[in-house]
Amino acid sequence: MQQLPYLSLITFLPVIGLILILFLPKKNDKQVKYIAIFFTGLQVVLAGILWNAYNYAAGGINDPKSFQFVEKFTWIQFWGGDWLGTVKIDYFLGIDGLSMPMVMLTALISFIAAISSWSINKSVKGYFALFLLLDTGMMGVFVALDFFLFYVFWELMLLPMYFLIGIWGGPRKEYAAIKFFIYTLLGSVFILLAIIGLYLSAKVPLGDGTQVFTFNMLELMNPKNYLQDGILSAVNPSNLRFLAFIALFVGFAIKIPMFPFHTWLPDAHVEAPTPISVILAGVLLKMGTYGILRINYPIFPDVTVSLVWWIALFGMINIIYGALCAMAQKDFKKLIAYSSVSHMGFVMLGMASLTTVGVAGAVLQMFNHGTITAMLFLIVGVLYDRTHTRGLDDFGGMANQMPVYTGFVTVAFFAAIGLPGLSGFISEAFVFLGGFSNGVTRVLTVISTLGILLGAGYMLWTLQRVFLGNLNEKWNALTDLDTREYVMFIPLTIIIILLGVYPSLMLDIMNSSVNSLVKFLTVAKTSYTSIGF
Amino acid sequence: MSIGLNHFLIVSGILFSLGIFAIVTRKNAIMVLMGIEFILNASNINFIAFSKFGNFGVQGEVIALFVIVLAACEAAIALAIVLNIYKQFTTVNVDEINNLKN
Amino acid sequence: MNENLMINLSVIALFIPLIGFFFTVVLGKRIKSMYLFEILIISAVMIISALLAFFKLAYYTDAVFIAEFTWIKIQNLPVFGDFSFNLGVKLDNISVIMLFVVAAISTLVHYYSIAYMKGDKRYNRFFAYLGIFTFSMNGIVLTHNLLMMYIFWELVGLSSYLLIGFWYEKKSASDAAKKAFLVNRIGDMGMLAGILIVFFTFHTFTFDEIFGQVASGVLPFNSEFWLTMMGILLFCGAIGKSAQFPLHVWLPDAMEGPTPVSALIHAATMVAAGVYLTVRIFPIMTGDALLFVAVVGMLSAFIPATIALTQTDIKRVLAYSTVSQLGYMIMAIGVGSVVYGFFHLVTHAFFKAGLFLGSGSVIHGMHHEQEITQMGGLRKKMPVTYYTFLIFCLAISGVPFFSGFLSKDGILAATANFSIFTGHWLIPVAAFSVAILTAFYMFRLLILTFHGTPRNQHKYDHAHESPKFMIVPLVILALFSFFFIFSPNPISAENGWTLSSWLKVPNSVVPESARYSFLASAPADGSSGSLYTHEYVESSHHIHYYVLFGSLLLAGIGILFAYLFYQYRKLNADKLTGKITPLYTFSRNKWYFDELYQSTFVAGTMRLAGLLAWFDSTIVDGIVNLSASVTRIFSRISGAFDNYVVDGLVNLFATLSGMFGLILRRFQTGRVQVYLVFVLFSLIVLILTFA
Repeated sequence: MQQLPYLSLITFLPVIGLILILFLPKKNDKQVKYIAIFFTGLQVVLAGILWNAYNYAAGGINDPKSFQFVEKFTWIQFWGGDWLGTVKIDYFLGIDGLSMPMVMLTALISFIAAISSWSINKSVKGYFALFLLLDTGMMGVFVALDFFLFYVFWELMLLPMYFLIGIWGGPRKEYAAIKFFIYTLLGSVFILLAIIGLYLSAKVPLGDGTQVFTFNMLELMNPKNYLQDGILSAVNPSNLRFLAFIALFVGFAIKIPMFPFHTWLPDAHVEAPTPISVILAGVLLKMGTYGILRINYPIFPDVTVSLVWWIALFGMINIIYGALCAMAQKDFKKLIAYSSVSHMGFVMLGMASLTTVGVAGAVLQMFNHGTITAMLFLIVGVLYDRTHTRGLDDFGGMANQMPVYTGFVTVAFFAAIGLPGLSGFISEAFVFLGGFSNGVTRVLTVISTLGILLGAGYMLWTLQRVFLGNLNEKWNALTDLDTREYVMFIPLTIIIILLGVYPSLMLDIMNSSVNSLVKFLTVAKTSYTSIGF
Repeated sequence: MSIGLNHFLIVSGILFSLGIFAIVTRKNAIMVLMGIEFILNASNINFIAFSKFGNFGVQGEVIALFVIVLAACEAAIALAIVLNIYKQFTTVNVDEINNLKN
Repeated sequence: MNENLMINLSVIALFIPLIGFFFTVVLGKRIKSMYLFEILIISAVMIISALLAFFKLAYYTDAVFIAEFTWIKIQNLPVFGDFSFNLGVKLDNISVIMLFVVAAISTLVHYYSIAYMKGDKRYNRFFAYLGIFTFSMNGIVLTHNLLMMYIFWELVGLSSYLLIGFWYEKKSASDAAKKAFLVNRIGDMGMLAGILIVFFTFHTFTFDEIFGQVASGVLPFNSEFWLTMMGILLFCGAIGKSAQFPLHVWLPDAMEGPTPVSALIHAATMVAAGVYLTVRIFPIMTGDALLFVAVVGMLSAFIPATIALTQTDIKRVLAYSTVSQLGYMIMAIGVGSVVYGFFHLVTHAFFKAGLFLGSGSVIHGMHHEQEITQMGGLRKKMPVTYYTFLIFCLAISGVPFFSGFLSKDGILAATANFSIFTGHWLIPVAAFSVAILTAFYMFRLLILTFHGTPRNQHKYDHAHESPKFMIVPLVILALFSFFFIFSPNPISAENGWTLSSWLKVPNSVVPESARYSFLASAPADGSSGSLYTHEYVESSHHIHYYVLFGSLLLAGIGILFAYLFYQYRKLNADKLTGKITPLYTFSRNKWYFDELYQSTFVAGTMRLAGLLAWFDSTIVDGIVNLSASVTRIFSRISGAFDNYVVDGLVNLFATLSGMFGLILRRFQTGRVQVYLVFVLFSLIVLILTFA
């Protein structure tokens, strides 16, 4: 039976919505919103179908046969002169246990953000058009398996983000948008350099038997495909491989964001409108860590193995530094932004452990952080919509004024603190268990446990300042949540609790892929012996 | 010495030069016209002289007659234009007439 | 009643409070009497626990029932194949006794709260929180593994946070709640680190499997030092939860919560969870780790006892006494007398819950007055409260015929015996002096509150005895404070049913070289033998008589001095404090622990946070912005270059062309005659040139 091209569908559905929106007359704001919500909702349904049809046993990572829902055909092919030979770029999509959770996360967060965008009133058509384009870009990054295609999606998502922050943002939106754009573009340049280097280092046979350079990620993971004298050759490794790893890593690290490349994040978050903050924190940050897991790890296993201590170190710095910075903030949204820095540190720590438990914890933390932080930003948004201020000291006593809202806040805050029974706990515990199991990262892991104390510190302090105490008389007209806000909060709350109680829902999806990745790296540890660092 | 072709040519050359001189130096449009007449007549002399001394039959004289007729027509039209110019500009000084349309 | 039924009942007892919590939270706003649902549930839990405890202790005294299921399964791990995170319940004597204690006190507190919390605007919410507390506490009690213990450990932290901050409009309440959670988290960090070592070393969290592996010689990092560290780190959780020195500071502040909560969570059950954990991990505690435990327990018993001497808030006195008594239990475990430690937990749970509920009754009767300086003479107004309070005071002071004597006497004997075997004489000295102090400050509290003449006549006139719902739990708890519940012999519990047949603890599995010399290994045939060597048991019999009289004497001295100071006024307390002012203020200000922590850890963290935030926005972001500015400066330079040099050249050409144009323009006069001259001139030049 011919399989439907699910991945293309889920990636390009928003584009269909975008075209529809562009054809609508300018003043049909309501219809525009409905279309956007409908198409993102459809994405969620498709993600559900994918999940249903997903084969849990397939490993993926470097084995093309065990990728699922694969679509592969030649996209661009031309004769590039004697030196390049035939240039061939594939349209190559497929998912494994690393990308499946991310696809689900992207669909979910986009849907929630689309609902949250209901309150946007300024040039609605343009907003939702860009929003849907962004959606496509994000989804594409997670399903692309061809380097060139990956890069195209990676850049595709930048542009709408720039406009969404720069036009619909807060008072310093231009500064924030430009900072975000240039910073991320800088990262992209590094990535591009590494991509070109890799492209020119490996050849695979074409149908007619000639050897051509390749952008195929999976082929690049196989050391046998590298040319003897290729600049980044895995056969004959040189220090250039080390440099290329660093270039790629920095490109992705900017997105995570890793200390010291994180300063675009607070600015972008503070200025971006709520739904965009939600997407930024919920999905975009994950691209950094996803990129490292998908590309850095299997393509440069030799370098990875030698650098895990450094990755863990930066993870630890992120955890503690981010938490301490969050503690000093006066702006609610900035605090949440710094908490993201801290929580993404757990992902890096888990990745660095190179154990199944740790890496699974990292991937799970990517998903959990996506849902929890999305909820936290929605929480700030609800308050900001009503009061137009985000100063932590302007509030107090909200628990009496908005009890239901405070209930959701408590769930989200305690999930962020890592309370057992809520999703954050499992991933953090897994990260710690994994990190401790690897002798290289053990000490750093123990230091990182300080993060759970500091995290509780700033979260509870915030809870106290904003929600407890006596009500500030200014706000005695505030209303509790409305139906639309219920629709945003309830699914996220359910997921947070569900994954806290039964994490296997997510862990089983990623289990075999994480195993393949860890095995691949363990094998690499022994097989790349000639490397000089 | 007998009157030969050269003498005619010299007269015609002097006449031509006078004509040119008149065209270049005179400011009065009528004087310029007269210079043109001089040149025409200088050419007439040449035609006739070459006809007399060359082996051309009467072709030279015939062309001279044509030239006379043309000169007459030309003078008539030109004088009419000059008259109109004068009506428009109240002057016939060619330096001052630098507009095609007043 | 068979094994399956017992397991099922215990699981029901675990989960129905959670159901109660959800329904009460969701429906509490709509249905006024939703709290009755919660009452119903806790009664059911109570009945189930009582049944479980009865059948377990009566019919299956020596059996251990374990049931587990796989919660998370990680398959095909590269190193050790499949790995399962199992959750499960373990029913042994300790857990059913603890379960019963928790359920009994919880039920009494629920009933008590019906009257005490009446009129509160979050009445239903209060019962919902009690429900989630009961759930988490039962989880701690029933678990058979460390991970689940940690999970519920955090959850009781949550319920404690919610209940301390129940009246969150008060800044002091929300501060106290935050403080409790954070201080507990410090301990939990240590516990987490311990769990990490456990996972790494044994690849399991289940107690029995860990014990088995240690017994067969598997040690963390193959060293006894790390086994000690593992024990100490796990014990850190207990330091936090049981408010042991140096993390004891949160418990007195936790008195901001409603009094029933103080009784249930911060006196009887949750704070005892630390002791329970220490009992559970006792078999893998090395001698050094146990010595650490003993020293922590000693300090926690002594320091708060000295603080309690001078406090005037009725609940704070009780809070410090709780810390002190918990220190006793911890110390008992530290000196190897794990059974007496747990026994003291049980007896203490009843009389301390009674003391708190009694103080709640006083506070309720005095219209929310907590200062004992405003009380006095209440004995006549509140007779039932007075007599029950007296019984609890006698119990905690260690007077014979009351439960406290049985357990305390055992602990004192164990410390004395411990010093004989190891030479650590400071521990029994501290333990005995704490016994005097306890008797003294408890009777000081009793006398100042109930005896003498009223110090605030107005408040006295309006004082009244509490309603039945509050009185009945007090009477029941008073009943549980008598010796006959635990042992037929009022002087010694040693041969009573509690100790001789119920409290069974596994033997130490630590390698012989690392454990206390007097701890015995389990008999090789798997039967349950004595925890201790023969010599130790002999010695403890011998020493018991001396200790018995000693402790009687000490309790008597403490009570006597309390009467001399406060009842008969033979000695003047004010004169005495005048003589030792520095000591008095030191104790009055709680040894300045709060100030010390505030000025070092809290202020240090805040300053570090401020510094890092400044560093982040000024230096890190400054570098980013600087690089942007540098780029802009470069762009300006290159802009200028472009403007003046590149574009200058272009403009130069244009200017030159213009100049040529200007010159050539001269020739274009528009006069036919001039052109004619040029033509002629050129013609002449041409002719002259080529002719």
